[in-house]
Amino acid sequence: MINILLIAFTISLIYIAMANRLITYIRIIVFQGLILFGVAFIELIEINPANLIFVLLETIIIKAVAIPYFLRYILERNKITREQEPYVSNFVSVVVVTLIILGSFFLTYTVHETHIRKLFFIVALSALFTGLYIIITRRKIITHVLGYLVIENGVFVLSLAVGSTMPMIVNTGILLDIFVSVILLGIFADKIGDVFEEQDVEQLRSLKD
Amino acid sequence: MVGVYLSGALLIGVLLYLLKNHVANVILILAFIILQWTLTIYEYANLNSTQLVYFTPDALAVIFLFVLSIVSVPAFYHSFVYFTKHPYKPREQGMFYAAMVILNASLSAAYLSNHLGITWVFVELTTLSASALIYHRRSKLTLEGTWKYIFICSISITLVFIGILFTTVAVQQAGIKDLFYPVLSLNASKLDDFWLKLSFLFIFTGFTAKAGLVPMYTAGIDAKDKAPYPAGAMLASVVMNVGFIGIFRYYEITSHSSIFEWTNKILMISGILSIFVATVYMMRVKNIKRIMAYSGVEHMGIVMLGMAAGGIGYYAAILHLILHSFAKPALFFQFGQIYRTYGSKSIYDVGDYFKYNINGAIVLLLAYFVITAMPPSGLFISEFLVFRSVFEAGELWILILVVVLLTFIIWALGKNFFKMLFINPVKDYPEKRESIPFTESISQYILLILVICIGLIPPGRLVELIHAAISTLPD
Repeated sequence: MINILLIAFTISLIYIAMANRLITYIRIIVFQGLILFGVAFIELIEINPANLIFVLLETIIIKAVAIPYFLRYILERNKITREQEPYVSNFVSVVVVTLIILGSFFLTYTVHETHIRKLFFIVALSALFTGLYIIITRRKIITHVLGYLVIENGVFVLSLAVGSTMPMIVNTGILLDIFVSVILLGIFADKIGDVFEEQDVEQLRSLKD
Repeated sequence: MVGVYLSGALLIGVLLYLLKNHVANVILILAFIILQWTLTIYEYANLNSTQLVYFTPDALAVIFLFVLSIVSVPAFYHSFVYFTKHPYKPREQGMFYAAMVILNASLSAAYLSNHLGITWVFVELTTLSASALIYHRRSKLTLEGTWKYIFICSISITLVFIGILFTTVAVQQAGIKDLFYPVLSLNASKLDDFWLKLSFLFIFTGFTAKAGLVPMYTAGIDAKDKAPYPAGAMLASVVMNVGFIGIFRYYEITSHSSIFEWTNKILMISGILSIFVATVYMMRVKNIKRIMAYSGVEHMGIVMLGMAAGGIGYYAAILHLILHSFAKPALFFQFGQIYRTYGSKSIYDVGDYFKYNINGAIVLLLAYFVITAMPPSGLFISEFLVFRSVFEAGELWILILVVVLLTFIIWALGKNFFKMLFINPVKDYPEKRESIPFTESISQYILLILVICIGLIPPGRLVELIHAAISTLPD
């Protein structure tokens, strides 16, 4: 079961690479949030109930509902055009993301390590690099926030892969911080939409030496 | 005490945001400064006693707490001055003060933390509160600066988190349960080299965004330029220390393992590259605040060289950080006055400063000698000790390269500072504005004199604390 979920997660990464419309991106984020909910549920069923409920709520409420809803609100409020306007064609993106996934496979299998779960590790690395790739190749600011969310999801999978030893209070702090930083990124993306004509990184070029 | 402090700071922050009243602001800020100093003195009195499980005031934390408490007083004072000269809506003022208080509190907690995860949480909080400060003026440019700052810092802090996760892998192999620094240092030799190297790379790269080192230094430059000057002073001094403390704690862990040589190489490379980048930019940048931001990159590079060289270099690195944290705010406060006089931060528009503000001009002249580490300055002592450690480590070519680069920096700074002080502005003189009273320059004098005095006659207790801070590192 867990393998199916993780593979579905990886497929969603390829889908992100070829999706054209921003709303599709947000749907993919919702989908990934739901998958992470499932993975966390199966993985963490044995930890203490308070911790489990917290992680499950975090994945379902924050990752799958609150953040996507908020991003969608920003999309509508700023009348952001539907296309995500990449610097490279979608075909190239699909090829690159596929290469990223293949690379993660090779990388993981060169590490001889018994303490980590290989599949988790592959998926996490792929998500990290896909997120970075999205940030680099997309022009819209809102897409950068979405890329950051993909990275964040990758880190979540990674933390499941290594089996976090962090106590509850630390986890709470980390999750809250991530949530606040995403909200802040969203708020500022919103402001950029108000101040500049277009939500485009090309507009953010005046601070330089 | 840490619990009281954090909840007190949170309460004061919320009240500052809610009460939009000048008198209330003053009272609350005074209350916070008293709270900050109480914490500092309490932690100094209770050195090395763990509180609330996750906070231990070790020597380094106490040193940085004192630096923070000293710098925050003039920073708040200059915030008041800033708001009397540039009136903003009460809501924006409240937001600014609240963000300053939260920044102070999260910095203090990050210094004191003895757990990898807790440090992470509070360093992330500094990013969030600093972004409110940078965005304060709500213009297009501040928006751009804030966006870049949050984005780069968020990515960097994610890198730190990945580093922590890799540490977890190593820790589980060694059969340890948690991520407290003392536990990690104690068991460092048991940790797997591969994972330790990987996590050091991630954690180091992540914290460079705060510390202002190559590769992630870019975020800080725009932030220091765009934030109002009291906030810029904080970002250029105490916030850089928090990045350093993050790197230092992990460096201390690796110093007990077999990858120590390798970590030193990483620090050395990053240090040299930082000095190089700073030199290149300082020669051509024309915005005084940005020049000083790059000067911070240079000084952090020197600190890293000292750390990498070892020996007397550790002592020199910590001393250099302390002195730098006093010198840089003095300059930023002075730039606030320059901006009031000329309405510009460009070297071209500023000139003949002696004619407008003689006290400020003397501060600037003194600050030039202090920041370029010319002899009366304490930074001269620490920089000299860093060079000595590099020489003793046998890295003669690196030493020569760094000294040549520093000569360029002294030339670049001298050209710009003396232009501001003695040569006419390129455009017309600004019409005579309000004269700036001497009282507003006192804090700068005190900070600069502190730099000179601590360098020449370091207090015995301070030397003891620095030696205690580096006592766990190998010779």
